[in-house]
Amino acid sequence: MSKRTFVVWRGNKDGGNFVEYPVEVEEGMVVLDAIHQIQRTSAPDLACRWNCKAAKCGSCSAEVNGKPRLMCKTRLDDLPGEEAITVKPLKSFPIIRDLVTDVSWNYTVNKKIPPFTPKKGADFIMQQSDVDRVQEFRKCIECFLCQNVCHVVREHNQKSHFFGPRFFIRVASLEMHPMDALNRIPQIKKEGGLGRCNITKCCTEVCPEEIHITDNGIIPLKERVVDQFFDPVQIVIRKITGADKPQPTE
Amino acid sequence: MLDKYETHEHDVVIIGAGGAGLRAAIECSARGLKTALICKSLLGKAHTVMAEGGIAAALANVESADSWQTHFQDTMFGGKYLNNWRMAELHAKESPDRVRELERWGAVFDRTPEGKILQRAFGGHTYKRLAHVGDRTGLELIRTLQDKGIHQGIDVYMECTISRLLKDGDRMTGAFGYWRENGRFVVFKAKAVILATGGVGKCFKITSNSWEGTADGHALGFEAGAELVDMEFVQFHPTGMVWPPGVMGLLVTEAVRGEGGILRNSKGERFMEKYDPKRMELSTRDVVARSIYTEVKEGRGSPHGGCFLDISHRGAEYVKRKLPSMYHQFKELADVDITKEPMEVGPTCHYIMGGIKVDADTGATRVPGLFAAGECTGGMHGSNRLGGNSLSDLLVFGRRAGIGAGDYAAGAPAANIAEAEVEAAAAEMTGYFGRPNPESPYKLHIDLQNMMQSMVGIFREEGDLTAAIAKLQEFKQRYEHVAVEEGQRMYNPGWHLCRDLKNMLICSEAIARAALMRKESRGGHSRLDFPKYDSYWGEHNIIISKDGPAMKVEPRETVKVAELAPLVEARKAKESSK
Amino acid sequence: MSEISSAVDDKGLGATGRRDAWWVGPLLVVLGLSAFGVYSTWAAWTGNNYLLTAGGADYLSPFYSPDLKSLLGISVPFSYAFLILWVPLGFRASCYYYRKSYYRAFFLDPAACAVGEPKGRRYKGETAFPFILQNFHRYFFYLATIVLLFLWYDAGRAFFFADKLGQLHFGVGVGSIVMLLNVIALSGFSLGCNSLRHLTGGKLDCFSCSAAARTRYKLWGGVTFFNLRHMEWAWISLFSVGLTDLYIRLCCMGVLHDIRIF
Repeated sequence: MSKRTFVVWRGNKDGGNFVEYPVEVEEGMVVLDAIHQIQRTSAPDLACRWNCKAAKCGSCSAEVNGKPRLMCKTRLDDLPGEEAITVKPLKSFPIIRDLVTDVSWNYTVNKKIPPFTPKKGADFIMQQSDVDRVQEFRKCIECFLCQNVCHVVREHNQKSHFFGPRFFIRVASLEMHPMDALNRIPQIKKEGGLGRCNITKCCTEVCPEEIHITDNGIIPLKERVVDQFFDPVQIVIRKITGADKPQPTE
Repeated sequence: MLDKYETHEHDVVIIGAGGAGLRAAIECSARGLKTALICKSLLGKAHTVMAEGGIAAALANVESADSWQTHFQDTMFGGKYLNNWRMAELHAKESPDRVRELERWGAVFDRTPEGKILQRAFGGHTYKRLAHVGDRTGLELIRTLQDKGIHQGIDVYMECTISRLLKDGDRMTGAFGYWRENGRFVVFKAKAVILATGGVGKCFKITSNSWEGTADGHALGFEAGAELVDMEFVQFHPTGMVWPPGVMGLLVTEAVRGEGGILRNSKGERFMEKYDPKRMELSTRDVVARSIYTEVKEGRGSPHGGCFLDISHRGAEYVKRKLPSMYHQFKELADVDITKEPMEVGPTCHYIMGGIKVDADTGATRVPGLFAAGECTGGMHGSNRLGGNSLSDLLVFGRRAGIGAGDYAAGAPAANIAEAEVEAAAAEMTGYFGRPNPESPYKLHIDLQNMMQSMVGIFREEGDLTAAIAKLQEFKQRYEHVAVEEGQRMYNPGWHLCRDLKNMLICSEAIARAALMRKESRGGHSRLDFPKYDSYWGEHNIIISKDGPAMKVEPRETVKVAELAPLVEARKAKESSK
Repeated sequence: MSEISSAVDDKGLGATGRRDAWWVGPLLVVLGLSAFGVYSTWAAWTGNNYLLTAGGADYLSPFYSPDLKSLLGISVPFSYAFLILWVPLGFRASCYYYRKSYYRAFFLDPAACAVGEPKGRRYKGETAFPFILQNFHRYFFYLATIVLLFLWYDAGRAFFFADKLGQLHFGVGVGSIVMLLNVIALSGFSLGCNSLRHLTGGKLDCFSCSAAARTRYKLWGGVTFFNLRHMEWAWISLFSVGLTDLYIRLCCMGVLHDIRIF
């Protein structure tokens, strides 16, 4: 059995430091296994979130060797060489302790988005082709890696006027739902700060569910914003066809 | 001296935010009650997200012959007739409405060519019955309920663990707990409390459950005076991952078999032909799990101690579309491409049929003001649960517990909480710091899991069970010494585990004692020394309750529903004629 | 265990815990776009060597199409290419893929994922001038489509060669093939346009609700096919258009000789 060194950030909101731990490596081991081993053997109070250990709940997000990842999905044999493996908490959220950060901002944002509201008389007869797009977005496990890596949040900390990629695709999943009656495009433009996204695609790069966040979610939303706010021809068409008017709900 | 603690006052407090807890909370808040939803993790991370295959409901979208009666019969047959009849009836009748309601709240199920909700085949179900979203149905369910719930004014308390239920005399008045984040204490005053804490998998070594499955509701309910029923019935899911070690036990959805997956042993034999030639891979979970276990025991296992499950004959495109998360799970965690090669799988502790005994219609326990729903309750599934019946259970009985608790709370006086009780609960939690001769909670937990796995696992016998009960007494002694270093109360997993151990010890003892008493094999309970069905035990459930410091274990006759007897008799006759 | 450092916060340009060569991607973009920028500006500036007529051919450089001079008799005191080139330039500059690449490579906004940006800038993304103009990408698509139609005409024209009497005959030269490949590459790029994807079907919420919607769904599927490789088409067509001009230019200058294959 071989050994590898882990360098784990320990501390709280007042500060902290990296601490080195030796870890016995087993075949097929992932970073979360190593963290659990450290808890069992040398640091029972090492704080870290986790639940399913199968990349289905999105709890164990951290930055491994500088890259935002799910610890339960990051195999040690994919991390090169003999070098020590660095594990840090997500950078974009306030630290609680060690690898645990305060992600409550995300829950606040979600609450601002009007929920699914069926059209009046919706019969819910939908073809698979109608729901494919929505289902892709609904794969989201809310690991918030995209929120963490998005530079609007990470570098510019514009949380107060930006929803972030996770909630752009949440809005997209509602907007593209064949039975939904609401128009959330004005909200996503103004309150959601969709225009602040400069589609540099880091959200898509880190998504463990491989959702095409940018191409299938954000860009189509940007185009819908164009329809309603920028394109004079579309604005006139929407006026004439009545697409602008609120749809009746139940 | 008691730390300062915060107090929150609500009409109804719901402990656990999985499918059942969320559904109950939606029902309570819709009735205008001030509702609290408390969860140990972040909202939306509950173990419900791991449910993959689907929600069983007789919608009859794919096979029009399906009906609630057949679903009821399947459930009763799967549970080997030990189910609470009324619960199985309500479940079969109401689950279609719950699924349609979910769709109206924004859930997006896979579709039939007619544009209706698609249903797939599953073990033990006569017809294609499981409404599903690929293999991530649980996530869809929880996200839908979550997004519905947060707009209804439910107060959600995340990363908060309840360590004690508070009573005023007989009556429930609230709950005491701590914030995982900072270790501070918190008291919730409430007229009614709903337990929806889920499972107990962490009592066993190989389990598909997350760290949260520590039997909290079972133990809290037991301590508060509620009865437990059917605790000997633990479901070992036939297909968990067996390799690599870090993910041993991780669930491989039954949908793999539902979509045509084939089980083979190391000789390449399709061994289910021997054990259940009619249903083959889609036999009930208890049968398949025992079959795999037997194959491995008799030396026909796969290299890592399981058997092979192969879906590659369905073609790469189909597998990736219908089982996307299984494809990724094996690709990423085990380096296995399931579209080309077989998976290695073996049984894993997945679900407990037993739990808090509740009234079928209202979810009420025998403690006034205490309600329960979901996996922490018992009765619905009898001795063995059918795949897909869990998600529907959560919705049907989550809603009913919400109604029951809501009705109760509307007529109940304001809660009164005694300071002394809060002090005792706080003292219990602070007691784990800096004890002399400390015992590591991690070490004790591993010992408990190994013992339960080997002595109270898939196959049981008298000698092992008696020894297990003796071992549990020893573990309880050791538990008195579990401790963590003085200091850090902020997000301290070692400290949290100390308290969780108490729940797991209570639950493990209940399982072992009930298993010892049931001298027969039935569903999720297999005795090597009593391998057959027994007619007396076929009519009796085992009830466990708190009796001073001891655990009272007694058989009680299964309560039937006269109107349903023809359905049950018809099914029994059909099965015996085979 | 031992404590080794106390910094968790990476701040400032280039600050990151990443260990891979994250700077390679943006560097290649800088080199690629700069090379094209310098060449195309020069090629447009020259105002000559854009039309090869030797040997009866009619190869028009894509930088100079449509041929405003002979078509409309337009005469300006600078190379007329500048009257055309703002269209494809605007199309590419407002393209969602190119935006990603130059925001990263030139504006370092961010240079790569989880890599620090220069401090002290007020970031507004695409909500303020000039980047708010990106919202008119679809209009550049419309204009670029007109230009593309001329390029298809030119590519077709490149397969006909004049004899001494001025009669046109079908023929194939290396230049004909170069021009055809170029216009295919440009079309592949245009057909994957995100705005087109939206306009064909993306804006619909229901794909099956009417016959028109079902047709648009099919079109949307087609655009999606090209869109999945939009980045590849973007680079291929960028180089193909530059190389096509270069080929014609070198032939005009006599450096190369166009070979007739057929």
